[in-house]
Amino acid sequence: MANTSQAMEPSEEVLKDLHFRMVRIRHFEEEAGKLMEQGKSPGALHLYIGEEAVASGVMVHLSDNDQITSTHRGHGHLVAKGGEFKRMYAELFGRETGYNKGRGGSMHISNVDAGMLGANGIVAAGPPIAVGAAFSNKYLARIEGRDQMNVAVPFFGDGATNEGAFHEAANMAAVWKLPVVFVCENNGFGEFTRQEDHQAISDIADRAAGYGMPGVICDGMDAVAVWEAAGEAIERARNGEGPTLVECKTYRFVDHVGLSGIGLHYRTDEELEAWRARDPIEQHEKRLIELGVMTQDEVQAVHDAVMEDIAESIEFAENSPLPDPADLLNDVYTPTAAS
Amino acid sequence: MTTADAPAERQLVYTLAITEGVRQALQEDPLAFMAGEDIGEAGSVFGIYRGLYDEFGPDRVLDTPISESGIIGLAVGAGATGLKPIVDIMFMDFIGECMDEIVNQLAKMRYMFGGKATLPVTVLTMSGAGLNLAAQHSQSLEAWLCHTPGLKVVMPATAYDVKGAIITAAREPNPVFVVMCKGLMALPGDVPEEPYTLPIGKAKVVREGEGLTIVAHGRMIHEATKAADLLEADGVSVEVIDPLWLQPLDTETIINSVSKTHNALVVHEAVRFGGIGAEIAAQIAELSFDYLDAPVARVAAPFSPVPFSPVLEQSYVPNAERIATEAKRILGLG
Repeated sequence: MANTSQAMEPSEEVLKDLHFRMVRIRHFEEEAGKLMEQGKSPGALHLYIGEEAVASGVMVHLSDNDQITSTHRGHGHLVAKGGEFKRMYAELFGRETGYNKGRGGSMHISNVDAGMLGANGIVAAGPPIAVGAAFSNKYLARIEGRDQMNVAVPFFGDGATNEGAFHEAANMAAVWKLPVVFVCENNGFGEFTRQEDHQAISDIADRAAGYGMPGVICDGMDAVAVWEAAGEAIERARNGEGPTLVECKTYRFVDHVGLSGIGLHYRTDEELEAWRARDPIEQHEKRLIELGVMTQDEVQAVHDAVMEDIAESIEFAENSPLPDPADLLNDVYTPTAAS
Repeated sequence: MTTADAPAERQLVYTLAITEGVRQALQEDPLAFMAGEDIGEAGSVFGIYRGLYDEFGPDRVLDTPISESGIIGLAVGAGATGLKPIVDIMFMDFIGECMDEIVNQLAKMRYMFGGKATLPVTVLTMSGAGLNLAAQHSQSLEAWLCHTPGLKVVMPATAYDVKGAIITAAREPNPVFVVMCKGLMALPGDVPEEPYTLPIGKAKVVREGEGLTIVAHGRMIHEATKAADLLEADGVSVEVIDPLWLQPLDTETIINSVSKTHNALVVHEAVRFGGIGAEIAAQIAELSFDYLDAPVARVAAPFSPVPFSPVLEQSYVPNAERIATEAKRILGLG
């Protein structure tokens, strides 16, 4: 679905695609959260519920040849990049059939073949890796004689922009004019700490000026707004015009960890309800129906099909083999003839 | 191959052997590039990459910002997407600036992804004391790296080995740290002109002997050899082993030697507590306890930052005399 950004008005196909990706993320996450609370999915899950418009609005512009790096809240990015539910649930369950053969779990879920260079348990670790991928894209375009470059998109939160690694990556991307689009998912909190308590600016896009790159702000609850802002930035990057910082203002509908959280009080019900009233999927469905792109029944059919896929995928994951402890040391190193 | 096997047709100093290793690695693979601080036009603060920028151009030999985390991140991302990064961290002390990218990203990405990523990354860095550069530019931090599954670590102490280590690392599909020794920069040695590699995880028996095994690496291999000369004069026949690869470690060669000599002394420039020598001593104790005539001994730096003042620095770094003295003690000759 690349090269959509010429027109500022999304086609019907794009509008449906945005919807499909968001619905897939929402249901995947809600079911994953329940499975964690039932004890079927070990460890901790950081859910993307509420932020679906960001991953979907960006990913519509990317192909498997474009890379992303993700965060600890990474399921949504992989779903939006075409992740298969079967292999995702299998990974969350620690099964051999998972994307990472059960070696990574939620916080490292990846699909390198589709350019998804991993969720990451370390805040701001993704941007430097995305800069490396973008360097490859520029290098390979040069030696293959291509004008258009593949693009690398690091996703990160407001909290990550306080890490030195983010700063180093942004500076390197700018000085080398690499094909990177830095997508900040500003959900107003670094874990449990409010943005105003962790940085003295409210607009992270302001930081772009310090690196000599454009910074833009969009409504991260509106898939079309994200699609538009990301499209322009990705087009610039593809054409060799360098990086952009795109800040998407969004909100997490569930807690930092899990569906019902760990009982910490750091935000009010009123604030949560105000953001829930701007639910990105509900807003988008209203638009689809008003524009006559889809009927209510067609919208419902998308939800039903996604839920059916989820049910089959959970069953697949639950019935998948566990890794063999005898294989524990596999893949620490790439095997070579010498070793 | 060992230094003794190498054809003697040409000598290079350690620094020029580094340059030649990188040059040949870049020549043989168009996907290889080099990046680091001041390594482009300037050719590095140590002069070790002089001429490479002119030969390969700015697309393949890149000056980076002073951003160690960014440099390793660049290598991880570029390595995972098809290139063969060779990156330079000027002083080994600076790995503190990029430990997350080294330990949590570079070393683990393949494993965490279930074997779906390959990280053909070479990191070159300069270690060691002796130039009065004080506590933040003189450390030997190789144990930090050896403790991290996913990394390979080689510490070449001759011109032959440093060139071979760089080419080996560049051809290897795993992350390899080539920890170079700044105290050896002017050391000449036989270096073949053609590219060659070292066997990964294979130690070198630098000198054969019967009565004591000294295991030393990096610059200490030369002090150990001098100590062996001193001990020889006292009638002690010393075997000197350079593990060369600290990860993976060639335990077999070390154990075979100790089984023959019945005495073991482990030497390194890094601080003694928790150094790689502790691991080597533990393996000797575990695997050849019955052969030992005395407890395994260690000579290493004291538990202190590297001091600046030349008199203090000389006292801090182990030398041949201290090695020989400790050897005599465990042999009951002191």
